Amino acid sequence: MAEIVLKNVCKRWGSFIGVDDFDLTIADQEFLVLLGPSGCGKTTTMRMIAGLETPTSGDILIDGERVNDLEPKDRDISMVFQSYGLYPNMNVYENIRFPLKVRKVPAAEHDERVKKAAAMVELEPFMHRKPAALSGGQRQRVALARAIVREPNVFLMDEPLSNLDAKLRVSTRAQIKNLSHELKVTTIYVTHDQIEAMTLADRVVVMSKGIVQQVGTPTDIYDNPANTFVASFIGSPAMNLVDGTMSGGTFTCEGMSISGFSAPDGKVTLGFRAEDAQVVDTGGELNARVYSMELLGDATMVTVRCGGALVSVKAGKEYRSNIGDDVSITVPSSICHLFDAESGERLTG
Amino acid sequence: MASATRPNQLLRNMSSKIASIPMALTAIVIFVGCTLWTVAYSFTGSRLLPRWRWVGLDQYDRLWDTDRWIISMQNLAIYGFCMMAFSLFLGFLMAALLDQKIRGENVFRTIFLYPYALSFVVTGLTWQWMLNPSFGLQKVVRDWGWESFTFAPLTNPDWAIYGVLMAGLWQGTGLVMVIMLAGLRGIDEDVWKAARVDGIPAWKTYVYIVIPMMRPIFVTAIVLVATAIIKVFDLIVAQTQGGPGLATEVPAKYVYEMMFRNQNLGQGFAASTMMLCFVLIIIVPWSIYEFGGRRNGR
Repeated sequence: MAEIVLKNVCKRWGSFIGVDDFDLTIADQEFLVLLGPSGCGKTTTMRMIAGLETPTSGDILIDGERVNDLEPKDRDISMVFQSYGLYPNMNVYENIRFPLKVRKVPAAEHDERVKKAAAMVELEPFMHRKPAALSGGQRQRVALARAIVREPNVFLMDEPLSNLDAKLRVSTRAQIKNLSHELKVTTIYVTHDQIEAMTLADRVVVMSKGIVQQVGTPTDIYDNPANTFVASFIGSPAMNLVDGTMSGGTFTCEGMSISGFSAPDGKVTLGFRAEDAQVVDTGGELNARVYSMELLGDATMVTVRCGGALVSVKAGKEYRSNIGDDVSITVPSSICHLFDAESGERLTG
Repeated sequence: MASATRPNQLLRNMSSKIASIPMALTAIVIFVGCTLWTVAYSFTGSRLLPRWRWVGLDQYDRLWDTDRWIISMQNLAIYGFCMMAFSLFLGFLMAALLDQKIRGENVFRTIFLYPYALSFVVTGLTWQWMLNPSFGLQKVVRDWGWESFTFAPLTNPDWAIYGVLMAGLWQGTGLVMVIMLAGLRGIDEDVWKAARVDGIPAWKTYVYIVIPMMRPIFVTAIVLVATAIIKVFDLIVAQTQGGPGLATEVPAKYVYEMMFRNQNLGQGFAASTMMLCFVLIIIVPWSIYEFGGRRNGR
């Protein structure tokens, strides 16, 4: 049971800023995902919580206690790594048991706890194998078992699924979600994969260049992105962003004109999601030629060029057209998000 | 049917097999052939030239009656044991220290490896001078005012072999360090982090996790050091000529002198056959353990 507080945490290397002014309270038992492209500072943030890095300034509190100067082992955390970090000379059983041995847990408890942890991640048949004889997914499950066997206060997961193939990623993801729910442990999870973030998180922290862009529930950041970075990072496909001009409540750019806004005049960036717009026969706000068409199975993705950008729209699964055909797309103002053209910040609520 | 679908194993990759024939022949004729020839002639009374005059085990009887040979073996045992233990220990220690992401790592690595680029003759002579009481280390320290300082291992028969050992270590440890450093670099960063989060102290991580992971690296280092030990010869010739007395005689030098100085080929062959036996006694059980056991799914 642990609440984690980060107070204005910064990490710098010389003049390079790794993490800038990270300020967040992570509730007990919360599943928090740190999301961002590589080099955005998410892993550094996690490593500071783990104690593998020291913050340049700011405080980290676990359960109200300042832990900046504590060694990782004294913070009662456990961690899962991208490349597993298993001890290759020990078999699965010994790998899971090693943290207990080191922590001087009475030997009588070892067997029961190791077996319980292994059972939670369905590893029983592999107990006497060496890590080298396991598949990637099995190795990551050993790492998970090793993390849970100690019953720590906080779980830290550093891109645990990145080395797995796509299919395994989905099943292991479900396993992690189930595990964190069952164990009721505060979990911090680092990933660059927005789908993992959306599916796992109670709350997502989107980071870029060391700066927190937005903190919110997955729905929140999907429906109300705080700026163009978040808008373009979350969702598959990402939100369509088109530069244009607002005048008298009407947004115009090459090939598109949408009225009904109550925003001040000037240059703006307009965003909308592919699934919110619709392809129609005629009379839509956006009229352009088809740039490409992709069949997704459950839908058809139509891409057109508009205002210097490529805009994707999801049409029904039966929809067909040819590249170069004229299409019309409805983009009502109600589905649109407006961002400042300069700063990228959100303009409307 | 099976032979029609699968080509004969012998005929696969014919061109590469043909290409390797010269090397294979060289290896068989020179290494195996000459070894067998040497072993055979060690049972003869050959003097200046090899002559097929069978004398049975006479040469071996004489060999093991010779003080000089027995002292040579003892010296090799001392030198070999210390060299193996210290060069592995110091090499690993230096590699572990260099692995701490220190500044100027390249400089230190180069400095430590440089001695290996020197020949044994240069190393031997340099250390002979450094350990020479009248102008070496002892003289320097005495000139600093420490009049009673005595450090001249090469002049003391009890310590001379350790003087040679110092030169050998100085020359060979750098190589071990570089091999160990490469091994340490090959260890996944995440293993270290996992160990830290698990709360395993650094020395325990080395002993229980890192060193077992580096087993193949250790095998490489041990084989290289072991060959260097067995064939130690030029270092001794340059540094002490086997003296004082017989204090630093080694088997390889015995073989050389019997064959080329004393014109006693039979005795030299017997001694070199003994050296081969000792190598086999060590290598055969070890390779059965190392390579034979693995196939049985160990």
